[in-house]
Amino acid sequence: MPNTQQLEDLTTQVRRDILRMVHKVNSGHPGGSLGCAEFFVALFQNIMDRKDTFHMDGIGEDIFFLSNGHISPVFYSILARSGYFPVDELNTFRLINSRLQGHPTTHEGLPGVRVASGSLGQGFSVAIGAAQTKKLNNDNHLVYSLHGDGELQEGQNWEGIMYAAAHKVDNIISTIDLNGQQIDGATDDVLSLGSVKAKFEAFGWTVVEIEEGNNMDAILNGMEHAKTLTGQGKPVCVLLKTVMGNGVDFMMHTHAWHGKAPNDEQLAIGLAQNDETIGDY
Amino acid sequence: MKTYTNTGNKDTRSGFGAGLTELGKKNENVVALCADLIGSLKMDEFKANHPERFFQVGIAEANMIGLAAGMTIGGKIPFTGTFANFSTGRVYDQIRQSVAYSHKNVKICASHAGLTLGEDGATHQILEDIGLMKMLPGMTVINTCDYNQTKAATIAIANHHGPVYLRFGRPKVANFTAEDQTFEIGKAVQLTEGTDVTIVATGHLVWEALEASKALHEEGISAEVINIHTIKPLDKDAILNSVAKTGCIVTAEEHNYLGGLGESVARVLAENNPSPQEFVATNDTFGESGTPAQLMEKYGLNANAIIKATKNVLTRK
Repeated sequence: MPNTQQLEDLTTQVRRDILRMVHKVNSGHPGGSLGCAEFFVALFQNIMDRKDTFHMDGIGEDIFFLSNGHISPVFYSILARSGYFPVDELNTFRLINSRLQGHPTTHEGLPGVRVASGSLGQGFSVAIGAAQTKKLNNDNHLVYSLHGDGELQEGQNWEGIMYAAAHKVDNIISTIDLNGQQIDGATDDVLSLGSVKAKFEAFGWTVVEIEEGNNMDAILNGMEHAKTLTGQGKPVCVLLKTVMGNGVDFMMHTHAWHGKAPNDEQLAIGLAQNDETIGDY
Repeated sequence: MKTYTNTGNKDTRSGFGAGLTELGKKNENVVALCADLIGSLKMDEFKANHPERFFQVGIAEANMIGLAAGMTIGGKIPFTGTFANFSTGRVYDQIRQSVAYSHKNVKICASHAGLTLGEDGATHQILEDIGLMKMLPGMTVINTCDYNQTKAATIAIANHHGPVYLRFGRPKVANFTAEDQTFEIGKAVQLTEGTDVTIVATGHLVWEALEASKALHEEGISAEVINIHTIKPLDKDAILNSVAKTGCIVTAEEHNYLGGLGESVARVLAENNPSPQEFVATNDTFGESGTPAQLMEKYGLNANAIIKATKNVLTRK
């Protein structure tokens, strides 16, 4: 298993992938992708017990669902860097005839993707359903999912959140990317979420908070702790406090880069702040 | 002409319940989800037999569709049950993204479709669901005509890999198809042979089409009645072969003419053999409260309406 330094090196490379992917096609969502880079690296390289090759049914392994599909750049980068498909394919992001659609889909058969996402708020239901099938199959592995915080404004989430507790779906660890930003501005200004922690607890979930959601050791420790809380009759929620645009100074702490690509000059600055580690695609 | 006997009125939703019960015993991968309508959907027996494979979702249809999509991952075959309105219009985006686009093996089973839901009125009487579902790429759309056929279809769709919309209804209607039938998705069933007009019907209108054909026969009009239980994929050959013989067609469905069976048939004819067609369907309208029979009469969805449409279409040949 890679050590923290190796994970951080990979994270830097993932950041470069994200910037180069969205720059090339002048579209895509770098802000949320950068904010979750450490989380994805930790999850796929350390936290999940997963198989090297992709099987849709995911039997006998941990599986992951991305609900906020717009952060596809970070998802695609880690899938490629984890061996699900050739890293060169990152060159095809958002191009015609590509498996790397703007938002993730199973439709083109990209290994690593188990459901389409993009229209927000559907990931909880899907992940919870998959977790229930794991129980029916006597498969003791876990289901992981990631959701945006702004995404929690969609009502379907709360149907799923209520259901998971009522049905004691305790083999799921759902992470909320608490970056406090959405397209139109701060979540507090657009539609305040109030206390996300209090809401999940009131809905019957066990909540783990990771205050430094861009610190590799904090993520590893928090996620390992979350694992110990599964199997106790309650679903587990991780509140991951991240900085949108993390690792590229001018993209940090703002919603401005939610869905905007850097120009040539901005790309050069961003890449200069993230030196190549294991090699560009 | 060939005639059919009603072996006793039964509701199609009970055919679904019976089919699900049988499936539960035969196929351990079949799971069922219901949004607080177990009794209405006749899912009680499956629930009693297989409590570990039955999931009460509560009044949360969007979550139910997403759960079902997720449950397919690992090999389960989920059957969701609620009213047709809440199975389609309420959850269109969930079906579109998590089920259809993701090509998940979910069976969306919808009762109380159309006007024959009756007294609850237009909030619950969806007349647009066939159109909504048939527009989704990869979705199979089935509307069964009686108890026996609904039971057979319920069992058959478990063996079809891919999303299916199965539409049925609330009232007790004539049960006239064979108890031991094999249901073949996408294969129309020719019920009577005729030479003057083709009548293709789906769902509750199939029996009405048979009743109409008997009356027409007495007036010397020879009608070929075809049961189109699968609206998508549509059995083009059955339609074209019949129209090649009769030269005109009447389509009959408990649905808006916009987006329904009739439009699908019209497209096949326009591309291959443009022919006079009349539509027995609702005319871009919502329903209202009333008994099923009153509503079918008021909105022109019964044997009399089919007879009238047939006489109209014959004048256009």
